[in-house]
Amino acid sequence: MTTTEDRPATEVGSPRRRKEDARLITGRTRWTDNIALPGMLHLAMVRSPFAHARITAIGTEAAKAASGVVTVLTGADLADEQGALPNAWAITPEQKAPVHPSIAVEHVAFAGEIVAMVVARTAAEANDAADLVDVDYEELPPVLDLKTAATDEALAHPDLGTNVSAVWTFDSAEAGTGQDVEAAISAARDGGILIEREIRQQRLIPAFMEPRSIAVDPTGEQLTVWSSTQVPHFVKIFIALVLGIPEHKIRVIAPDVGGGFGGKLQFTPEEVLTVIAARHTGKPCKYSETRSESLMAAHHGRDQWQQLTLAATKDGTVTGLKVELLADMGAYLGLVTSAIPLLGAFMYNGIYKFPAYHLSCTNVFTNKTWTDAYRGAGRPEATFAIERLMDELAVEVGVDPLEIRERNWIKHEEFPFATVSGLTYDSGNYEAATAKAKDLFGYDDLRAEQQKRRESEDPVQLGIGISTYTEMCGLAPSRWLGSMGYVGGGWEHASIRMLPTGKVEVITGTSPHGQGHETAWSQIVADRLGVAFEDIEVLHGDTQVAARGLDTYGSRSLAVGGMAVLAAADKVIEKAKPIAAQLLEANVDDLEFSGGRFGVRGTETGMSLGDLAFAVFQGHKLDAGAERSLDADATLDPDDFSFPHGTHLCAVEVDTETGAAKIRSYVSVDDVGTVVNPLIVEGQVHGGLAQGIAQALYEEAVHDESGTLLTGSFVDYLVPSPPDLPPFVTARTETPATTNQLGVKGVGEAGTIASTPAVVNAVIDAVRHLGVSDIAMPCTPYRVWKALKSAQQEGAQQEGGRS
Amino acid sequence: MIPVAFDYYAPTSVDEAVALLREHDDAKVLAGGQSLMPVLRLRLAAPEVIVDLGRIEELNGIREDGDALVIGAMTPHSVVQADPLIAEHASLISLATATIADPQVRHRGTFGGSLAHADPAGDLPAVAVALDAFFVIAGANSRRTVGAADFFEGVFSTAIGEDELLVEIRVPKYTGWGAHYEKFNRVAQQWSIVAVAATVRLDGGTITEARVGLTNMGSTPIRATAVEQALVGQPATAEAVRAAAAHAADGTSPPTDLNGDADYRRHLASVLTRRAVLAAAGTG
Repeated sequence: MTTTEDRPATEVGSPRRRKEDARLITGRTRWTDNIALPGMLHLAMVRSPFAHARITAIGTEAAKAASGVVTVLTGADLADEQGALPNAWAITPEQKAPVHPSIAVEHVAFAGEIVAMVVARTAAEANDAADLVDVDYEELPPVLDLKTAATDEALAHPDLGTNVSAVWTFDSAEAGTGQDVEAAISAARDGGILIEREIRQQRLIPAFMEPRSIAVDPTGEQLTVWSSTQVPHFVKIFIALVLGIPEHKIRVIAPDVGGGFGGKLQFTPEEVLTVIAARHTGKPCKYSETRSESLMAAHHGRDQWQQLTLAATKDGTVTGLKVELLADMGAYLGLVTSAIPLLGAFMYNGIYKFPAYHLSCTNVFTNKTWTDAYRGAGRPEATFAIERLMDELAVEVGVDPLEIRERNWIKHEEFPFATVSGLTYDSGNYEAATAKAKDLFGYDDLRAEQQKRRESEDPVQLGIGISTYTEMCGLAPSRWLGSMGYVGGGWEHASIRMLPTGKVEVITGTSPHGQGHETAWSQIVADRLGVAFEDIEVLHGDTQVAARGLDTYGSRSLAVGGMAVLAAADKVIEKAKPIAAQLLEANVDDLEFSGGRFGVRGTETGMSLGDLAFAVFQGHKLDAGAERSLDADATLDPDDFSFPHGTHLCAVEVDTETGAAKIRSYVSVDDVGTVVNPLIVEGQVHGGLAQGIAQALYEEAVHDESGTLLTGSFVDYLVPSPPDLPPFVTARTETPATTNQLGVKGVGEAGTIASTPAVVNAVIDAVRHLGVSDIAMPCTPYRVWKALKSAQQEGAQQEGGRS
Repeated sequence: MIPVAFDYYAPTSVDEAVALLREHDDAKVLAGGQSLMPVLRLRLAAPEVIVDLGRIEELNGIREDGDALVIGAMTPHSVVQADPLIAEHASLISLATATIADPQVRHRGTFGGSLAHADPAGDLPAVAVALDAFFVIAGANSRRTVGAADFFEGVFSTAIGEDELLVEIRVPKYTGWGAHYEKFNRVAQQWSIVAVAATVRLDGGTITEARVGLTNMGSTPIRATAVEQALVGQPATAEAVRAAAAHAADGTSPPTDLNGDADYRRHLASVLTRRAVLAAAGTG
């Protein structure tokens, strides 16, 4: 049967303005904190100021007596009821973890952990009373430094007996995907090139725009929970599992959600406690966190030490890569905390043909805020490591860093390519993306200017940074997830409802929080069903409407969820076809579907899908056995990941007098496969670049020696805004993925993954001739200045030694 | 976050405002609210009474008074920034004001509020010190005038008494002087790590007078007198200004924080002073 061949795709590929933007930009929509229900009570949390302590007493009398207070609950009150927060990913069978309470009972393991909850008639009264809760703590020595924590010198959870949660390894020789890395390292030591580096992936805070908020209505037959979350379907299941409420008695709604970046891929203590408060009081309850609470207690991201050994031959052909990671879990394991380094473990070989690879990862507990997914989740760390190393290799060999990459990358004719980490890259064209980027960037001119500035000893030096990246998107084939120890699946679900008037409702199991699914899914369905874009409504985020789904994270929505939508649309056509044949009094085999219309081949006779929907709604003329509905469901489990790639080039001016690094120009050429909406892709790339640049230059969560978060507000946690960022030059190449129908790959995380190494490589490149070969992230003016100063002192000492 | 409850007064005259301050022991003055509101919301301060100056018209506006400009304490930054009198006679103020935070903050925040807050990392205190501004402070039955050198007493601390109100700032005219505010921070909306306010008078190519103020180099804004003295009589050349600017951090004890230590700030003070003076002289 023909579906779309005869009709040019007019929607997919068109830069439609997003249909959701008017309400999101003006705020005239339902955010969780806007929800006001009759008799609603408000919550305030009392949080531990100490990173590690034992609770010796909590005095709640004064708070309970305060104006408007309904109840004050502590961990002791809820010890039996609260259950334990889930970790959904045991990366090894022996993985260790402390019990993760929503409210601390006796032991506090990070500053910001909830120790008491006030329920009051107004938010102001709840806040006032929270100040009256009197908690006595016995302070314990906090375990803060990751390397020290790994030695078990002091314990973040004394009862656990160790700080080490799990050790996970991958070895290409053992896996049969490559050779022995130690042999490669030995060979490089005798007559090759060996590069050893230690890199700090600093701790970051997701810093989504809308702080988290939860409203719970216990008054209906179903408990209704609104949450500013990326994962309403997860929240529903975990409320059932953690609190013992039957799953069919729970409805979870993610209304419009103001960003997540992985920070709302979580089942949170605040969700559990708001449900408990509603259950205790029998009244609707709401909790909205402050920005201070969000920065301190919503999960953080990154925070690793990476020990890297790259072996190569003299001409710069890489022969092996060894990676040893220490990853900071923080105080507890969240939903997928333990697996974040593992999601990067398959990407350290990047776009290259490495013969040997070994990775070991040690997951460690500290007394800091728990970590979990943050945009890129494991892959930015991997990409940064390999792209920094490739620049260092180019210096050792004495060739241009683009050339060293070309010597090692997979050529376009070599796809599909089985990598040393065991993945199969289906498609790609690194040559094309790199050539386009070089051209847009004016690479050769900038290199010439760089040379001039070096020669004239200009106080402002120019550096050029490169990042040729790939990443794995489309989380994920369920079988793969199962093999890695994850408890859930990776499929996605969609439904299409053909309404009597010819309008269409698309229900998706993905849960957008800014991505623009309503627009993109409409474009896909408009093309496939031949229905006008405006006649399609996309519904999501309410478990009563989108009953099945696995939500939005890991650049999965289009490659998995979008393909489920496509499959559902195909099912509608399949279902409609025999009915159309009956009504048109034609043979099914003579029908073709094109431009939203069933036609009898070789005649003018036909019927639109809309008319067919109305005829089905009436049912008057349908055969007795025909179903009175064209609606269809589809569940799609991807066969494999998708692998976007691209080349990013960054020019940075470093003021050697102040240490300030300023991005002068930035070119990104991304290959995300087929593009459904170029405007949305552009937006994702811009935002992604901003966030990756932020890791390179601006953001870092810093704690003092007692474990207090020093960067506890946006005064000190520096999120860049437009004046701090350069204009971006963005372009694309399109090499369709071969693993899904549309050839799409995913773009949610690409900019973040690619940009951090491009910027840092540029900063180093600007000052390398002055003796600097490494600067820790973020490359603050102070750090750059210190690096220059110590290089100068070392240079002077060497000079002195020689004379 | 929601502030602790307070009583709110919105007087319409200075006398009424001062009377309210005398009447209430634990009162805070609300000007543009750009510093006070966050502090209240974070519950770092919980005054019993807020006296909002927003309805006192006599505190708002800019006028000329002989050899001086008079800026009402409640004049918003956005008005100061765009004012032609200030641009002509004290352009250092226009330039520094334009660097404060973002347009929204500049529309709410006020000239006097920013000075009375006396944040050593704020931009206007160093400007006021460099320009030898005078602060007119109203008490119960009288007004007194305090020079900039005596006005700033410490971090968030000024010569304004508990029952007093800053009503206007008198700035001598620097007509024809060159000016520049060199601000160094990591992102546009951040406070200055260090900043330098400079204004110079030139005769031919020679600097005949210079005023230099330093932001965030100590607990109060600092006048870099050693630099000023070293500049007088010098040509406005890179070499001469570099030599003078080397004295920028003389006698300072700058703070250490996440953005840098005292050594780094001393180094920045010298680099930024050179840049500020050269830009002010039109040779930067």
